Amino acid sequence: MSPLLILPIILPAVLAGGIILFASNALNLQRAISVLGTLALLGLAISLSQAPTQAYFLGNWPAPFGIALVLDGLSALMLLLTASLALIILIHTIRTGWDACGRHFHALYLFQLMGLNGAFLTGDAFNLFVFFEVLLIASYGLMVHGSGEARIRAGVQYVAFNLLGSTLFLFALAVIYSTTGTLNMADLAQKLPQIAANDTGLIRVAAVLLMLVFAVKAALVPLQFWLPGTYANAPGPVAALFAVMTKVGAYALIRFGTLVFPTDLPATTTLLAGLLYPAALATIAIGALGTLATRTLPRQIAFAAIGSMGTLLLTVSAFTPQATAAALYYTVHSTFAAAALFLIADVCRTRRDGLTAALYMAAAIAMAGMPPLSGFVGKLLVLDALRDDAIAWTAILLASLLTMIGFARQGSDLFWKSPSAEAPAQSKAAILLCLTALAALTIAAGPITDQLTLTAEALHQPAAYIAANHLGGPK
Amino acid sequence: MEILIASAIGTLTTCGIYLMLRARTFPVILGLSLLSYAVNLFLFISGRIKLNAPPIIGSGAYTDPLPQALVLTAIVISFGMTAVLVIMALGAYLTAGHDRIDLYADKEKAIKASARIRGHESDSRAEDQP
Repeated sequence: MSPLLILPIILPAVLAGGIILFASNALNLQRAISVLGTLALLGLAISLSQAPTQAYFLGNWPAPFGIALVLDGLSALMLLLTASLALIILIHTIRTGWDACGRHFHALYLFQLMGLNGAFLTGDAFNLFVFFEVLLIASYGLMVHGSGEARIRAGVQYVAFNLLGSTLFLFALAVIYSTTGTLNMADLAQKLPQIAANDTGLIRVAAVLLMLVFAVKAALVPLQFWLPGTYANAPGPVAALFAVMTKVGAYALIRFGTLVFPTDLPATTTLLAGLLYPAALATIAIGALGTLATRTLPRQIAFAAIGSMGTLLLTVSAFTPQATAAALYYTVHSTFAAAALFLIADVCRTRRDGLTAALYMAAAIAMAGMPPLSGFVGKLLVLDALRDDAIAWTAILLASLLTMIGFARQGSDLFWKSPSAEAPAQSKAAILLCLTALAALTIAAGPITDQLTLTAEALHQPAAYIAANHLGGPK
Repeated sequence: MEILIASAIGTLTTCGIYLMLRARTFPVILGLSLLSYAVNLFLFISGRIKLNAPPIIGSGAYTDPLPQALVLTAIVISFGMTAVLVIMALGAYLTAGHDRIDLYADKEKAIKASARIRGHESDSRAEDQP
C-alpha cells in the first residue's frame, strides 16, 4: 500500500488552496507554483506508471467500507496523459498571458487536475461522482475565465447540462446501492453476477443510466449539444485542456464496461455495447458533417473532437482486448491532436503567419488520420481491431475524408483568403510540444501498443484489480 | 409510506424535468433544484425505509447509515452547484440583457421578448420562434 497513490490528488489540492490563501495577488508566484506542481504531477505519473496494480485505503479502512484508490495500467496511462497535457497547456497559458485575463486561473487549473486525477484513480463509484463534480466545478470557473457575454452564456448552458448529468449519476448509484449494497467497483464486479433474478431489471436500468452520464461527458450523440458551444467559447488553453475532459467519459465507459458490467455478466450481457455502437456511428457522422459545415475554426475543431470521440467509442463498444488497446492508443492520440488544434486556433485569433499555417496543416493531418502522424497509426489499429465490421470501416473512412476536406477548406479560407492583422507573434512552443508528442507516439508506436495491449488484457481479466482491493479483509 | 415517498419522488422529478425544458434560466435553475431534491430523497431511501431505528449496530433494529452519508455529500454538492449556476445565470443576464438559456441568435428580439414577459411568467412559446 504505497502512499504515492494519494499524492496526485492531495498535491494539486494543497497547492491550489495555497495559491488562493497566500498568492492571490502575485501572478508570478502563482505561475511558479502551478508549473512546479504540474511538473511534480508528471514525475509522479511516470513513477506510478512503473508500479504494479495496487490499492490505497484512506484512513486504512478496508474496502468496501472505506474509500479505496486503485491504480492499474489504465489509471496510470490516464494520469500520465493528463499530467503531460496539463504541463504543455500551462506553458501556452503563461507564454500567451491568458492567465492574466482574470483572477484565480492557476488555482482553478490545479483543482481541475485534482478532479481529473481523482476520477482516474478512484475505485469507488460514489467517489467517481464526487471527483466528477470537483473537475466540473473547476471547469465551470475555467470556462468563463476572462468573461465576455458569449462565454458566460455558453457557460450557463454547459453547467445546466452537466448538473442534469450529475443528477442521473446519483439516480444510477442509488439503484445500484439498493440492489447490491455496495458501491466499491471491485466489490460490484464480484456481487453483480450473483444478484437475484428479479433484480436484473433494476441493474439494467442503472447500467443504462450510468452509460447516459458517461455519454454526456464523452459528448456521444444525442448528448453532444453542450460541446460545440462550450469548446468554441472557452478560452483557447481551456478548450485544449477540455480535450482530456471528454476522455474522462471514455475512461469511465471502459472501466465500467470491462469491470462492473462486462459482456459476460448475465444481467446486462451486451446491453451497453448494443447501445454504444449505433450512438458512436451517429457521433462519427455528426462530427464529420459538422467539421464540413462550420465556418469558424474553434467550432470546427469542436466537431472534429466529437467525431474522434465517435471513433473512440465505436472501438470501445467492441469490448475485445485488441479493440480496447486500439481505443487506448486513439485516446492518447486524439487528446494531443485536439489540444494542438485548439492552441493553434487560439494563436490564429490575432495573427496568421506561415509557421502557424504549417503547424495547422500538421495538426489537421493528425486529426483527420492521414500519414505520417499518429492519427494514421491510430486509425489503422482501430480498423484492424474492427476487421469484420464493414459498417464501421465505411463510417470511419468516410468520416476521415469529410474531416480532411473540412480542414483543407478552413485552412485555405483562414490562411490564404483572409487578411492577417499585424499583431505580435505569439509563442508556439506549446503547439510544437503537442506535435512532438504526436510524432513520438508514431515513432514509438510499436513499444507503446505492446504496453497498451498488456493494459487492455488486464482490463478484460480484472482479477488483479479485484485482488488489489483485499475484499476478504485487511491483509 | 412507500406510496407516499415514491409519488413524492415522481412528482418532484416530473416537475423538475418540465422546468428544465423551459428556455429561460430561472425556471431551469428551479427545475434543477427540484430534480436534486428528488434524487436526494431517492438516494436516502435506497437503504430501505425504516422507522425509529438508529444508524448504528447495537441491540435490535438498525438502519443503513451509508445512504445517509451519501445523501449528505450529494446535498452539499448540489447546493454548491446551484449557487454557482445562479451566479453564472445572473452574470449572463447582466451582460446580455436577457435570460434565455439557448444561444439565441437575434439579440434584440430576445431582449424585447424578455422585457415583455418580465413580471408575469406566462407562456412565451409564440416568441420562441425566431
